Parts: sequence; C-alpha cells; structure tokens
Amino acid sequence: MNTTILGLSILELSYIVASVTFILGLKMLSSPDKARKGNLIAGYGMGLAIAATILFKEEFSADKWLNYSLILAGLVIGTVIGMRMAIKVKMTAMPQMVSFFNGMGGACAGVISLVEFDHLRHGGEISAGMLIVILLGLIIGSVSFSGSMIAYGKLEGKIADKALPAGQIINIGLLVAIFGLAGYLAFSGHLSMPLMYTLLILSLLYGVLFVMPIGGADMPVVISLLNSFTGMAAAFGGFLYGNQAMLTGGILVGSAGTILTVLMCTAMNRSLTNVIIGSFGGGGAASTQSGEQGTIKEISVTDAAILLAYANKVSVVPGYGLAVAQAQHTVHNLEKILEDKGVDLNYAIHPVAGRMPGHMNVLLAEADVPYPKLLEMEDANEDMGSTDVVLVIGANDVVNPAAENDPSSPIYGMPVVKVWNAKNIIVLKRSMGKGYAGIENELFFHPKNRMLFGDAKDSLEKLIAELKNL
Amino acid sequence: MEEILSLFYENREFIFLIIVSIFLGIEVISNVPAVLHTPLMSGANAIHGVVIIGSIIIMLQADPSNYYALILGFLAVILGTLNVVGGFVVTNRMLEMFKKKAK
Repeated sequence: MNTTILGLSILELSYIVASVTFILGLKMLSSPDKARKGNLIAGYGMGLAIAATILFKEEFSADKWLNYSLILAGLVIGTVIGMRMAIKVKMTAMPQMVSFFNGMGGACAGVISLVEFDHLRHGGEISAGMLIVILLGLIIGSVSFSGSMIAYGKLEGKIADKALPAGQIINIGLLVAIFGLAGYLAFSGHLSMPLMYTLLILSLLYGVLFVMPIGGADMPVVISLLNSFTGMAAAFGGFLYGNQAMLTGGILVGSAGTILTVLMCTAMNRSLTNVIIGSFGGGGAASTQSGEQGTIKEISVTDAAILLAYANKVSVVPGYGLAVAQAQHTVHNLEKILEDKGVDLNYAIHPVAGRMPGHMNVLLAEADVPYPKLLEMEDANEDMGSTDVVLVIGANDVVNPAAENDPSSPIYGMPVVKVWNAKNIIVLKRSMGKGYAGIENELFFHPKNRMLFGDAKDSLEKLIAELKNL
Repeated sequence: MEEILSLFYENREFIFLIIVSIFLGIEVISNVPAVLHTPLMSGANAIHGVVIIGSIIIMLQADPSNYYALILGFLAVILGTLNVVGGFVVTNRMLEMFKKKAK
C-alpha cells in the first residue's frame, strides 16, 4: 500500500474521530456528572487532530526542518504559557480568562487569513469565493480578538466603560467601510497587501468600538457572542483548507455560542440587536426619581445575627460583590453555623448574577456548597413568601424591583429574584453605589429592607462571630 | 454570480456539512441547565481552538525561505495553542469543583 494514501487515510480518520469527540464533548458538558469527562474527551480529540495534522498532512521532507522546529516550538511555548495562566487564575477571574483565550483563537484565525492572502498573491489559484472566505476569516477573527481583549480589560477593571458621542454612527460607518473594502478586494482582482492591512486595522478598531461602550449586565452576552464569532472564524478556516475537523468544531461552537447568547438575552429580556447597538451600556436612561425614595435603614451586625439565628428559613442571593470580596468560603461557613442552629438555608441563584451565566454556581461550588442548596430563580421565587430573611450579598440589578414595576427602567421586564416577597431583607453592600447596569435600586429604600454596609467578606465574618456568641 | 454559484457547487458537500452542524450545535446546547453555562462557554471556547490546525497547515506548506509565512505561522501556532490548552485546562478546573461536590 502506498504510504501517502495510508497517511492521508489516518489523517481523515483522525478528523472524523476529533469531530465526534467535539460533538460528544459539548453534549456531555450539558450534564453535571458527565461534564468533566466530556471536556477531557474533546481535549483528547483535539490532541489527536493536531498530532495527525503534523504527522500526515504533508510528506516529511528534511529541508523543512525549520518549519517543523517552529511548529514544535510554537506548541511548547503556547502550552507552557497557557497552562500557567489557566492554573494560576482565580475562580473569580474565570470570565475574563475565557475572554482572553477566545481572543487568542480569533487572532489565530486572523493571522491565518493574512498568510493565505499573501499566498494567493504569489501565484495561488485566485477565486472570488476563496477570497471571500479569507476576508471574512480576517474580519471576524480580528473583531473577535480586539473585542475579547477589551472585554478582558474591562472585567479586570483595567478599562472603563466609554461611549463615543456618535458611537453608533461611527460603528455603522466602520462596518460599511469594512464590507466595502472587503468587497473591493474580493471582486476587483487587485490583491493589495496595504489594503489588506487597512482591512485588518479597521476590523480591530471595530472590535474595540463595539465592546467599549457596552457595560453592565451585557458583558456576559458580549463574551458569548465573541465566542461564537471565533467559532465562525475557525469554520471559515476549515472551508479554506477543506478541513472537516475545523469545520465541525468551528460551526458547532458558532451555532452553540449563538444559542447560548440568545438564552442569555432571553434571561435578561433583551433582544440581541439591542445589545449590539448598545443602548443599555451608555446609561443614558439611568435617571432617578428621588421624590419617591424613602429613607435607608441600616442594621447593626448584632441585630442582623439575631434576625438570622431566629429565622426558620433564610435565602441567600449572591451577586458579583460576593465574587469580588472572595467571600464564597465565608458564606459557606455562615451557612453551616446557621444550619447547626436549625435554620433552613438555601441560595437563590439568578441565571445572570455575576459577570457570566452560572458564575455564582461556579463560585459556590468552589466553596463546596452542596448542589441541592442552589435554587434556580423560578423555584426560589415560589419559596420567597415563606422565607423569613433574605440575605442579598453583593447583588444589585438582579434584585431590582424596577424590573417589575418601572416601565421606564432599562431593565424593565428582566426576570429578577423577588426578594421583596420575603418577610425581611438584609442587603450587604459596600456603599450606596449603583449596580453594574448603572441604575438606582429602589429595593434599598424598601420598608422591609435594612442595609449592612461594608465589604461582603468582613460583614459575613462579623456575622459569624456574632452568631457564635449567641 | 457565476463565481458564487460555482463556489456553491464545488463545495456543496461542505455546505451540507455546515448546515447539519449548525442544527447539531443548536440541538446539543438547548438543554443545558444554567448551572453549567460558564463551563459550557469555556468548553466551547476550547473547541474553537481547532483553528490551530489551520496554522499548522500553513507552517507545513510554507516554503522554508518564505519568512513572512513562517513568522506569522509561528505566531498563529502559539496563539492557537494558547486557545486550546488554556481553554481545556480552565474548563477542567471549573468542572473539577463540580465533580467533587456531586459526591
């Protein structure tokens, strides 16, 4: 048998196996007990596809020693850095880490397009179809890269929300310019490298301007959207090389990411276009009706401890503040002490609390909070009437009554945890600052509510100390 | 127009694969509990790291004297590896905690 045929067959077989592992992996990621195995399986599939490509895609020739060395060097460098980053990152910084790695994939797709474009200029077979695929890969990959980096910077707190005065017009103008230029490059037959770089810069700029003004509750949606963008960019690469593994992997993530994005939008009762155009993040609607606001009542640590200790049922509503204060272990300790005192305690988890869907689950899982204690929002809301005390820890927008009763509010219609149906509310909060969406929260002025100001972890530790003395 | 049509015809099998994969992606995802949204996003993120194969193909096909392709290809291999390795390791770290808890 011809060795080349054998090699190519092994290659294609590996791609089929890899595609199957991607599908299985995604499928298993959807159930808690199989998720980890699913991730590993997809990882092995990826390793197989990479190894098979290196070994069998081209026949080995000794004068390409530089190429092979660079491939291996790149793999080693990427693995070492990637491992280090992924192992060192704190659980609370996971969302931005995902955004960062997503940006790397986007950049990879963009660079591939640059090289392939240059390849076409030097005697490759030119067709408008291939050019379109290359150009789309460049545009989407670059937008995904720069957008992800901005999202990363924002979640790290290195970049502030900024909206350009005529942001939307500039963005639309940029899009027109990008597609105009791409159209010219694809159909004029004029393969100009300077124009290609211009396209690259415009796309990078668009990614920056696209994410820059988006703040608040929309950040998870943006990361998910950029994730599906990178999937599409990978799929264009697959189309370019006629590579099934890249195609299935890319398309799966592209479509699954889009669905996930839509699910998140639904959870917030917003449309995707609305998010993309970005009317939310600008914060223009964040007006306050100070006339309707009552007074804020504070509660002392001692009073709060007594209220909790003599409650039958307590519900904790965690939010981003819990993550920032790294208070997940402390809240778990509080839970154990209260359980010892015969208090029934659960956690009411809003799907988009924190900076990513499921963020709170991951965080509380880190502290070994048992599964059954985590209630989904709908179940928690049904139980609210019989709950004695609700402890809101660093959550704001997800418990804002304006979502139910103020049609002028930007978050009107978003499902929220209806904490005001409980008998008492205690809000742990650092200051009277606004939530991530930049809007006032009338819950703080609610007659049932009392505030416990301070860092979430400090306040919880003081509560625990008080409870031990009771 | 003819170019587009011939692109369609030449790649009809891929286009078929793309459309089926789109539906598959939607079907596979639509029943995920909110608990697993973050790990799922992270896992999907690792899977699109498959784009690294494109960068390896570039390196394999590049003429050893074409430094433009070699340098950019090398960069792309690093970027793609970061996506793959970082993506899978981060996802595994998240899910590790879920597993411990399920017991």
